[in-house]
Amino acid sequence: MLEIVEGSHAVAEAVKLCRPQVVSAYPITPQTHIVEALADMVANCQLDADYITVENELSALSACIGASAAGSRVYSATTSQGLALMFEVCFNAAGMRLPIVMTIANRALGAPLSIWNDQQDSISLRDSGWLQFYAEDNQEATDLHFIAYKVCEDHSVLLPAMVCFDGFILSHVYEPVDMLSQEDVDRYLPPFNPYQRLDAADPISFGMYATPDYYHEFRYEIDNAAKRAKEVIQKAGKEFGTMFGRDYSALVEGYRLDDAETAIVAMGSICGTIKDAIDEMRAEGRKVGLLKIRVFRPFPSEEIAQALSNVKRVAVLDKDISLGAKGAVAIEVRDALYGSVTPVKGYVLGLGGRDVRKKDIKEIVSLVEKGVGDQFFGLRRELL
Amino acid sequence: MVDKTLELFDCGHRACGGCGAALAARLVMKGAGKDTIVVSATGCMEVFSTPYPETAWKVPWIHSLFENASAVASGIEASLKKQGRTEKVVIMAGDGATFDIGMICISGAFERGHDFTYICYDNEAYMNTGIQRSGATPYDASTTTSPAGSCSFGNKLPKKDMPQIIAAHGAPYVATASIAYPADLMQKVEKAINTKGPCYVQVHAPCCTGWGFEGDQTIAIAKLAIETGLWVNYEMVDGKVVKVKKVVKKPVGEYLTTQKRFRHLFKPKRQDAEIATIQAMADKNFEKYGIEIRLKKE
Ligand SMILES: Cc1ncc(C[n+]2csc(CCOP(=O)(O)OP(=O)(O)O)c2C)c(N)n1
Ligand code: SF4
Ligand SMILES: [Mg+2]
Repeated sequence: MLEIVEGSHAVAEAVKLCRPQVVSAYPITPQTHIVEALADMVANCQLDADYITVENELSALSACIGASAAGSRVYSATTSQGLALMFEVCFNAAGMRLPIVMTIANRALGAPLSIWNDQQDSISLRDSGWLQFYAEDNQEATDLHFIAYKVCEDHSVLLPAMVCFDGFILSHVYEPVDMLSQEDVDRYLPPFNPYQRLDAADPISFGMYATPDYYHEFRYEIDNAAKRAKEVIQKAGKEFGTMFGRDYSALVEGYRLDDAETAIVAMGSICGTIKDAIDEMRAEGRKVGLLKIRVFRPFPSEEIAQALSNVKRVAVLDKDISLGAKGAVAIEVRDALYGSVTPVKGYVLGLGGRDVRKKDIKEIVSLVEKGVGDQFFGLRRELL
Repeated sequence: MVDKTLELFDCGHRACGGCGAALAARLVMKGAGKDTIVVSATGCMEVFSTPYPETAWKVPWIHSLFENASAVASGIEASLKKQGRTEKVVIMAGDGATFDIGMICISGAFERGHDFTYICYDNEAYMNTGIQRSGATPYDASTTTSPAGSCSFGNKLPKKDMPQIIAAHGAPYVATASIAYPADLMQKVEKAINTKGPCYVQVHAPCCTGWGFEGDQTIAIAKLAIETGLWVNYEMVDGKVVKVKKVVKKPVGEYLTTQKRFRHLFKPKRQDAEIATIQAMADKNFEKYGIEIRLKKE
């Protein structure tokens, strides 16, 4: 049923429909509306979960580790400083192969303190072993939660997943979202069936220590699982499409890309702006298209190389920067295109909530056509 | 009733011969029983008991990080509750994990009132990383980060009163115990397990490697700590001390001379002022807890 809802409330509703048994989170702007809504659902017996009001984010995710290992479906949400505080726990959750789903309402990292959007927070955890989904709009943000649970609980994957949606730009925006019914979700997402759990009747040890004789292989297995997740995502996304009409089988999605000469590559809500800019440029006869990356981990290298095989140039937009190097998406897209002669230019933009408009996108297209890139875009030179 | 024949912490682990913490694990598990899920913090016990692919634990066991054991336990307890399961949750953490880095997680978990038993095995320093001081290290002990030297007598700070901090959170049952008194230790663990809510037992667990003594002296040294009043065994129910272990008082020197970590107080020359300061700390314990047994003069 189509409803006009705030993004955070749509996400909270989706989480509720996934029936997590333990929710553990700590409030931080702009994630607060999600966890407040879930607390409200628990208080009104709409969600049968134990809601642990922890004292910080490190404990939020640690409690999820315990609850997941004991055999419950769990949920958390955070952003920015909160995610940074979870750094150690994130690696640990993936290493223990626990299928935790966590929403990230993407926000910049201090200093300077900023509550506004960019994607530096989750990008900084790209090496942690978590699957990472990035949503363009609130419909996608909502649906990706069902898919995330389905994929990460699959016994051939067993990895945690972050569903990332842009703070404020999506989390606080009201737009129409088609919400599934409980019946629909129950048909799509079976109850949590842990591969192994803490159980006195069948004792196992979780999180042991490994000498150099074993550690290397553990990491290899995690990497393999992340790569296997590709196929599982495709299957789960297709099944979702068959059942509900919205197909998420593709890890990357093209927009007017087939005959494009210039391709823009981007993630998250900026893709909506880019699509509008493309429509206007197309009307002027400029052959521009978009490649949206929906799944950043596992990284869809082959799909990206395939989708960009016929373009003349590529502009990659990053709302993050690996300081001292380049935007993370640009680095990885260039790696995906290694061996091709297509020039790839990166543009770091929109950090800490700086608005990105259609005219900016058009300007970037002009820059990449001139071969100018690998730069911060939209700097206020008068401040430097 | 504690089943003393129950062995849930198995042999073959990698602890030093004479390790007080290993003995503590074995005794705690006898008190806890087999329907227990153990959460360990990073530290000696975690490392010596679970070198992959081997484990000494015959109960379900999980280790996540150094500082988060009580948060992990909170999640486990919440999950068990939701599933209608009845296993007990026991945390096993060192003094560093408890007194220092885990404080925030501990405070949150005890405030929330989860039903678990927190065992702090207290070997009075960070042993796993090479004998650095912790908030549990006693006054004047030499460690690798509080070394005795030409202008230092070692650790400058007194031991933090962790049981009081836990009791201030409203924990229904808080106790201290020692590996030198196994029956008492097992009973306290059993009591903690069977008390609803978050309970705390701090177990004195001498470390031969870190304190500097021979592995066959562990129990004798643990006993001396109690007899000198430098460690007090007591029980608190709802914040009030209800039971203490009384002793015939011995001077602190008898305890201090057994361990290399206090050697600088006696060699090259006896540091009377420092020993007197430590004696005053013990005297304060005798007074505060009323633990002295006065023998009748004949
Ligand atoms: C966040 C973090 N900081 C530091 C360490 C290094 N470290 C591992 S165990 C340990 C000391 C453990 O001390 P304690 O809790 O007293 O246990 P013990 O080894 O003495 O039994 C330290 C400092 C770590 N693992 N994680
Ligand atoms: S260093 Fe100490 S605590 Fe660690 S295993 Fe050896 S005796 Fe036990
Ligand atoms: Mg210690």
